[in-house]
Amino acid sequence: MSAARSNGVVPYFTRGVWVLVVLAALGLGSAMLRFIFGIGAVTNLDGQYPWGIWIGVDVATGVALAAGGFTSSFIAHIMHRERYHVITRPALLTAMLGYTFVALGVVIDLGRYYWIWHVLMPSMWQGNSALFEVGICVVTYLTVLYIEFIPILTERFRGRVHFPGAWAALNGFTESLLKFLDNTLGRAITFFIIAGVVLSCMHQSSLGTLMVLAPSKLHPLWHTPILPLLFLLSAFAVGLAMVIFESILASRSFKVPYETPILAQYARYIPIMLWIYVFAKVLDMVNRDSYMFLIDGSVESIFFIIEVVVGVFIPIMIFTSRRLRKHTGWLFSGAAAVVFGVVLNRINVFIIGYQPPYATQRYLPSIFEILVTVGFISLLILIYRFFVLNFPIIHELEKKKYA
Amino acid sequence: MAISRKSFLTSLGTLAGITSLTSKTSAQGYITSEQRKAHEKMLDPDRIGVLSDLTMCIGCRKCEFACGENNDLPHGQLHDYDDNTVFQNFRRPTDTQYTVVNRYPGMGINGTDLDVKVQCMHCEHPACVSACIVGALEKLPTGPVTYDASKCIGCRYCMVACPFQIPQYEYNNALTPKVMKCGLCFEQSVQKGELPACVSICPREVMVFGKRSELVELAHERIRTNPDRYVDHVYGEHEVGGTSWMYISNVPFSEIDLPQLDADCPAHLTETIQHGVFKGFSGPILLFGLLGLATKLYNKEEE
Repeated sequence: MSAARSNGVVPYFTRGVWVLVVLAALGLGSAMLRFIFGIGAVTNLDGQYPWGIWIGVDVATGVALAAGGFTSSFIAHIMHRERYHVITRPALLTAMLGYTFVALGVVIDLGRYYWIWHVLMPSMWQGNSALFEVGICVVTYLTVLYIEFIPILTERFRGRVHFPGAWAALNGFTESLLKFLDNTLGRAITFFIIAGVVLSCMHQSSLGTLMVLAPSKLHPLWHTPILPLLFLLSAFAVGLAMVIFESILASRSFKVPYETPILAQYARYIPIMLWIYVFAKVLDMVNRDSYMFLIDGSVESIFFIIEVVVGVFIPIMIFTSRRLRKHTGWLFSGAAAVVFGVVLNRINVFIIGYQPPYATQRYLPSIFEILVTVGFISLLILIYRFFVLNFPIIHELEKKKYA
Repeated sequence: MAISRKSFLTSLGTLAGITSLTSKTSAQGYITSEQRKAHEKMLDPDRIGVLSDLTMCIGCRKCEFACGENNDLPHGQLHDYDDNTVFQNFRRPTDTQYTVVNRYPGMGINGTDLDVKVQCMHCEHPACVSACIVGALEKLPTGPVTYDASKCIGCRYCMVACPFQIPQYEYNNALTPKVMKCGLCFEQSVQKGELPACVSICPREVMVFGKRSELVELAHERIRTNPDRYVDHVYGEHEVGGTSWMYISNVPFSEIDLPQLDADCPAHLTETIQHGVFKGFSGPILLFGLLGLATKLYNKEEE
């Protein structure tokens, strides 16, 4: 790579980015308020609704939307579908940042966040808790994601290390460290890739087990012993869709050619996963006779129907059509529908469908809860943009950088 | 919304995936014989409980005072509790009150008022304990469900899990919030053999403290000898797998806002799923092996 990097081809700051900066600042400010004044002062959480959008959206939905990391690495690295390598790096970055922000979301929500390390202490391990399983898996998977990201760092910096001034003494050491990492990981990376898939399957499903523990509180449209299986299957589908969704968004933002032909091939997997998911879901509803709750006109029934129609049936129709798949616009619509469906599903399971026996009102998030959630998502996008502009992540953008 | 065992099994049988579960589910709900044995071993056969006979309660609320006093909660003076206007609102335990009494006018014996004291039920197989990520909540073999704030990280999954909506949280404490719930005064009731504060102060002997097994018999005996006085239901004998605190009453429990719950214990369902998939880490290791194999197989295909 001798070509000079022509930085500045794509500026970091645009009008949209400034909006995100403002939102991120508001979110961080609200998070500060939570740490100073407590959860009660800034949220609408109470004894009836102990979990709100910080758990339902930031954590549960965040984990689902970060599933693109393990689904793409499964297809590209384990099934060796080499043509999809162009989409694995953006997916890996999303997963890495996504899980980092899941962890941040947990910290914000925990009453005694400074004791989060208790989860790692064997003396306090509680193997019966699905939340414990989720916690341990997320921590381990986050580590694996950082390790999987190392090859991108070495590619970016190997042979290019030159610290300024007195720090230059570290040049040689850093170079050899990068070389060592590169060589070691080259052999071990398959282990970490497989570990990433296994860990993902474990905690994506255990996230569903969480609410199985509250059969009398979760609406029968969503409460089922196979909730972990449904969470896993929907994570597969949304992992695939999320990669398409963000690839198109990124190409548009950085004004590089769309990866439409590759994405169209990738999209073929989605209807398969959605069919399996909806098959399991329908069969389970018939088994439990819960379909009778579909037509009672309740808020829950409406949310359930929207979730399944928009999130499952519409994308199945779009992605099954060979003609529609070829169009970037349709690909984007279909992927966005799957993402919307899974987001709504997680919100339904953790918030809409949660019905405490002595509820006096419905839970609605406070303005600060919303600001934190929106602010964290904005901050995630800002960091994503920084990485993409400064590291070899998006293939077409790299071509543009070195053009 | 009962999940029958049949539908549970059918779901799983059809949807192969968590197949190991089916073989482990025995005839008694979700609980496996292994688990049942482990649990019986864990729980003391002489474990304690409380039987609350709602037909005896006059709503003096002295139990509320005694509870606050014994647990270092704000409790005021004993005569503050003579104030009957609190009965105008339906109340629930809060982060400063482990127990509250609600009044149901005219629903008692002979058209008197019916008063219902609520507090932690101390489940036999508590969902909160199963939920707790760090083991801060514990079911003592002797009966009480206790809380250790020094372990708690404040995730509030126990509150999500509790079918009785009992644990409350100190949301307004920014730095060291605690989960707040009745611990059955375990330091005195279990360790010193004294009565829990609420039982001790009660002037009407509404509550009987003793071995749970004997309380179940006592409850049924009272119902048997006074069939006109009581409905034939010992609330807590079987609900969510049984509770240490039990009620008998002259009206159906659904009319006094106690949740109608199955005898199936939710904690056993999730624990069966967790242990079915993760026992000896066999599930993850198997998946790892299969994926490793896939990496090799797909490699050959491509070449």
